[in-house]
Amino acid sequence: MLPQNRFPPVITEYVNATSLEMALEALADGNGTPLAGGSDLWAQKDNGDGRIGSRLVNLNRIDELRGISVNNGFVRIGALTSISEILENQELAGSVALLPKVADRFASDQIRNVATVGGNIANASPAADFVLPLVALDSEVEICSNGRDPRKQALSEFFTGPGKTILGADELITAVIFKIPQKNFHGVFCKTGPRPALEISLVAMCLTGELHNGILDNSRLVFGAVGPTVICCTNTESLINGSQIDDELVAGALDMMAGEISPITDVRASKWYRTHIARTFLEQELIVCRSK
Amino acid sequence: MSLKIEISLVLNETKVEASVGVTESALELLRREFDLCGAKLACGEGECGACTIIVDGRSRNSCLTPAVDLDGRDVMTVEGLWTEKGVDAVQQAFINEGAVQCGYCTPGMIMQARYLLNRNPDISEAEIIRGLEGNVCRCTGYKKIIAAVKGASRIQEGSPG
Ligand SMILES: Cc1cc2nc3c(=O)[nH]c(=O)nc-3n(C[C@H](O)[C@H](O)[C@H](O)COP(=O)(O)OP(=O)(O)OC[C@H]3O[C@@H](n4cnc5c(N)ncnc54)[C@H](O)[C@@H]3O)c2cc1C
Ligand code: FES
Ligand code: FES
Repeated sequence: MLPQNRFPPVITEYVNATSLEMALEALADGNGTPLAGGSDLWAQKDNGDGRIGSRLVNLNRIDELRGISVNNGFVRIGALTSISEILENQELAGSVALLPKVADRFASDQIRNVATVGGNIANASPAADFVLPLVALDSEVEICSNGRDPRKQALSEFFTGPGKTILGADELITAVIFKIPQKNFHGVFCKTGPRPALEISLVAMCLTGELHNGILDNSRLVFGAVGPTVICCTNTESLINGSQIDDELVAGALDMMAGEISPITDVRASKWYRTHIARTFLEQELIVCRSK
Repeated sequence: MSLKIEISLVLNETKVEASVGVTESALELLRREFDLCGAKLACGEGECGACTIIVDGRSRNSCLTPAVDLDGRDVMTVEGLWTEKGVDAVQQAFINEGAVQCGYCTPGMIMQARYLLNRNPDISEAEIIRGLEGNVCRCTGYKKIIAAVKGASRIQEGSPG
């Protein structure tokens, strides 16, 4: 949990960390707030809904937190990697095209150039787009702190509520790691909001799996913005796995999914609308699977 | 009582120093310390692009850029596009097309267009529309702005540099 010092923040110390070690030391007493791209933190600064410690810890000069590497069939994305870097990465375009596709639906150039993968995860918005494909890919978050061994946590178990995670106040996300998917991997991302590109998702969905002859196996169905955290529809996944996708299966999957999500009505959209869009997305994408 | 941090940066090709508030935005810094009023405050939330500047070759919203993070960086604002050779190709094209009405969005549009053309001098109309998604204009209806960016691409081709 972050310290409950609300904006406008009283920051009494600033640390421009040049190494991971330096950042972890600055966070060790639990009074630090990491700064990555600032696209969430600086936007929260003036509207009073942020929480911040008394020490601002700038991560932007820690090169070891940046970049995308592939090793032994695993992809490692440094926490400080920007959404633009994901969009432009050739390696990902070839092996996990789903990620650049999601990056392509994320905000504007100006935001993508600064927004980081680590910030998208740590901010823990139920509408965080990049979290969806990473959960669908069974990613693990690599977490470091001063004086303790680095730990790894399944991303699907990382979030505990809106803006809330299992991350300790002295901990930093250093990377996300996932296995390169199989050759017959099928992955789609759908999102809707009020304005193309520059939109906080009203509903976002990621559906992945191994697709052959109109059958999806080992599927992952993850929704954003229809619950307090991202929602993994595990029952719907079990229903879909290994079954011929026909009208009956689609109808059953839609109803089961509707029981697994828990959308609310807020200023941005109604519960009815969100449910309707979630059903539309899933129906549309299952029909696509059927024809492949 | 706000914590101040000393930073130094290259601003429009000149090395400068400044003492910045720890919660100050780059936009506030540019206007307060350097009298650079090209970048505009409109939404202050990253939605409109009126405050777009280029930092280390990447466009970003200066309203959401922590001023302290400009330390050691290379910053370009719309004021920096004008050199002794005259206005930049993008600025000339905006003049040629009459792509300005109230002008509030213009510096941000020009900086984002500059960024797009730096990355791809031979940009297509679809890419221009896509690239300007983060910039809002309440006046022009965008047609002339898009034409201006295309025009800038042609001006650049005709006169290298
Ligand atoms: C106009 C606009 C449009 C947007 N559009 C989208 C969109 O389409 N989709 C979407 O998902 N989001 C969107 N966002 C939200 C935001 O851009 C993303 O959540 C972004 O990924 C945040 O990353 P950042 O680096 O800017 O985070 P910051 O603002 O720097 O940090 C966010 C939070 O995470 C913490 N943090 C950052 N890095 C770490 C780390 N490595 N370890 C631990 N804690 C850390 C910070 O302390 C802070 O609490 C938008 C925001 C704006 C302003
Ligand atoms: S003022 Fe910065 S994006 Fe609108
Ligand atoms: S010219 Fe007025 S907002 Fe664009």
